[in-house]
Amino acid sequence: MKKNLLAPGHSACAGCGESLAIRLVLNAAGENIIVANATGCSEIFTSNYPLSAWEVPWIHSLFENTAAVASGIEAALKVSGRKSEAKVIAQGGDGGMADIGLQALSGMWERWHDVLSVCYDNEGYMNTGIQRSGLTPLDTKTTTTPPGKFSWGNYRPKKNLPLIAAAHGIPYVAVTTVAYPRDIEEKVQKAIKIEGPKYIQIYSPCPLGWRSEPSQTIEIARLAVETGIYPVYEMINGKITSAKKFSKLKPVEEFLKLQGRFSHLFTKEGGDEEIKKIQKIADDNINQFDMILKDGEELQKE
Amino acid sequence: MEKLWEGSRAIAETIKMCRPKVISAYPITPQTHIVESLSQLAADGDLVAEFINVESEHSAASVVLGASATGARTYTATTSQGLLLMLEVLYNIAGMRLPVVMTCANRAVSAPLSIWNDQQDSFTARDSGWIQLYAEDSQEACDLHLMAYRIAEDKRIMLPVMVCLDGFFISHTFEPVEPFEEENVKQFLPDYQPLHYLTPKNPLTFGSFAEPDKYTEARYIIHRTLEESKMVIRETAEDFKKVFGRGGGDLVEDYFLEDADFAFVAMGSIIGSLKDLVDKLREKGEKVGILKIISFRPFPGKEITTALEGIEKIAVLEKAVSLGSGGILVKEVKESFYGRKKTPQINGFIVGLGGRDIPQDSLENIYREFHQGSGDASFVDLNYELLGGK
Repeated sequence: MKKNLLAPGHSACAGCGESLAIRLVLNAAGENIIVANATGCSEIFTSNYPLSAWEVPWIHSLFENTAAVASGIEAALKVSGRKSEAKVIAQGGDGGMADIGLQALSGMWERWHDVLSVCYDNEGYMNTGIQRSGLTPLDTKTTTTPPGKFSWGNYRPKKNLPLIAAAHGIPYVAVTTVAYPRDIEEKVQKAIKIEGPKYIQIYSPCPLGWRSEPSQTIEIARLAVETGIYPVYEMINGKITSAKKFSKLKPVEEFLKLQGRFSHLFTKEGGDEEIKKIQKIADDNINQFDMILKDGEELQKE
Repeated sequence: MEKLWEGSRAIAETIKMCRPKVISAYPITPQTHIVESLSQLAADGDLVAEFINVESEHSAASVVLGASATGARTYTATTSQGLLLMLEVLYNIAGMRLPVVMTCANRAVSAPLSIWNDQQDSFTARDSGWIQLYAEDSQEACDLHLMAYRIAEDKRIMLPVMVCLDGFFISHTFEPVEPFEEENVKQFLPDYQPLHYLTPKNPLTFGSFAEPDKYTEARYIIHRTLEESKMVIRETAEDFKKVFGRGGGDLVEDYFLEDADFAFVAMGSIIGSLKDLVDKLREKGEKVGILKIISFRPFPGKEITTALEGIEKIAVLEKAVSLGSGGILVKEVKESFYGRKKTPQINGFIVGLGGRDIPQDSLENIYREFHQGSGDASFVDLNYELLGGK
């Protein structure tokens, strides 16, 4: 059996989507990589000195500078004639990549560093106690967007980071989920071979923050795609080149009801109307990514 | 043969000689001429380095952090707001024991916005774990940069070094400087051989977090290393003298202190103005001297008390202030004397904030008034008209 490049024994929660996604990314990328990691859960559950879960060279500096640190690593390899030694990965959660680290990430993309950036999207600041981020979806209950007399939770839908990445003109952007390990593997292997900046966003459920059963991480991640909430797709040179399709999409309730972060939508008066808004977001995704199989089209393998 | 170079050009030519592999910077006045010169040197192939133009100083410091951790010699430069934006990363670089060298072309901090010189910017980084060396003129600024790499990369130290030079007064002034000979520089500063670096050949973990049972030790060892770096700075300065035949670069430098009963203590380009004054006063037979502090971090407390032994009055001049507390350097000088049986009278004077001129008359007034008894002016030459009265 191949060695796991994220060693077992780290302290991630049971059912953690992020730790699973990281292991899949590393194993797909192989040993010849250098990883720059943002502050957050993934840094904390792997690097309690003197322990380390990293079987690859790994650096954590700060929260918002991961892409800049990765830029420096890539530049040093290049100037020292060591480019063939390692591919560089810059990774973090949605807070570290989409919010506080977005400027550095944009700079890295625009300067065209040969770095694969990976965002493990668990839709909030989970490490600090479930606060909302720019990637928290509409009507989500977090500790800083609690539902109340005048609130349904987070009042805006999530920011579209893959589209922001694509707007930089970078050659490869992909969205995937821990529900599809083979898809993660294929996309990482494809991306890492492309010279230049690449971006992969991986849907990574957080049972603690989403108030879901650890045993249902994969099911929730799968339902997010099957309802149209979280489309899985690829963009090559700025154009959508593939998207996961289904013969029939499921209603969003099936996805929402498994998570405590949406429970208020089922208990509070007026929740039906809010669920309709979320269904509308899913429907728009289904249209935009052409997610319904047409006659003669075949279901893609997972 | 000496060259008449703008300070920034002289710094850039020195950095070229130091052979950094990765340079990253973001433009900010008055640092710009340094990085512009370096960009040109790289564009012309006179400097073989990756020059990364980043989108902020925070990223400039982070790029050199990443490159240094990958085993490359690195360089960055900034000032003022840029340094404040970098501050988080500066602490991190020191904590990770990366031998980055940077220039701070000292400038005031906002608000009010001021592009002009003082030293409030680099003073904010005094607790970050960086070695801080302050230059009096272009020549010394060049020499200190070369020494900075040797000190930073010394295996006993492995800490970053910031060379501070007064914005405009040094960065934009044309002065004759002795350029470095490549052969001598290579002898004094061989290529960087990192102890540990990011490579799949030896997959190490950099930047772990520490529980309360380990954090204190990690900070203590940096503090202890900074204390020990005094010896390395002195050694490096001595070796520099051997190779290049000129001095400077020790922790402190004295000027007519032997028989002095009054001393100025200061850092940076103001030392030039003070030397003019002391020369004039000495001609009149007045026993006055100067102690120039080159190394602010590590703070040379012992060297200061030794150099100022027996002197009755000490005027500490500084271009910085801790708002709500007062002078910063003056307190550290005073602390160095604490507990001694006989302590001199030490007064602090805040001068030259936001580029305000420090005329000879003001310096002489400080001397006259303090020498004759009073003169704890704190803020020198305040314009009471602007303040609406005393």
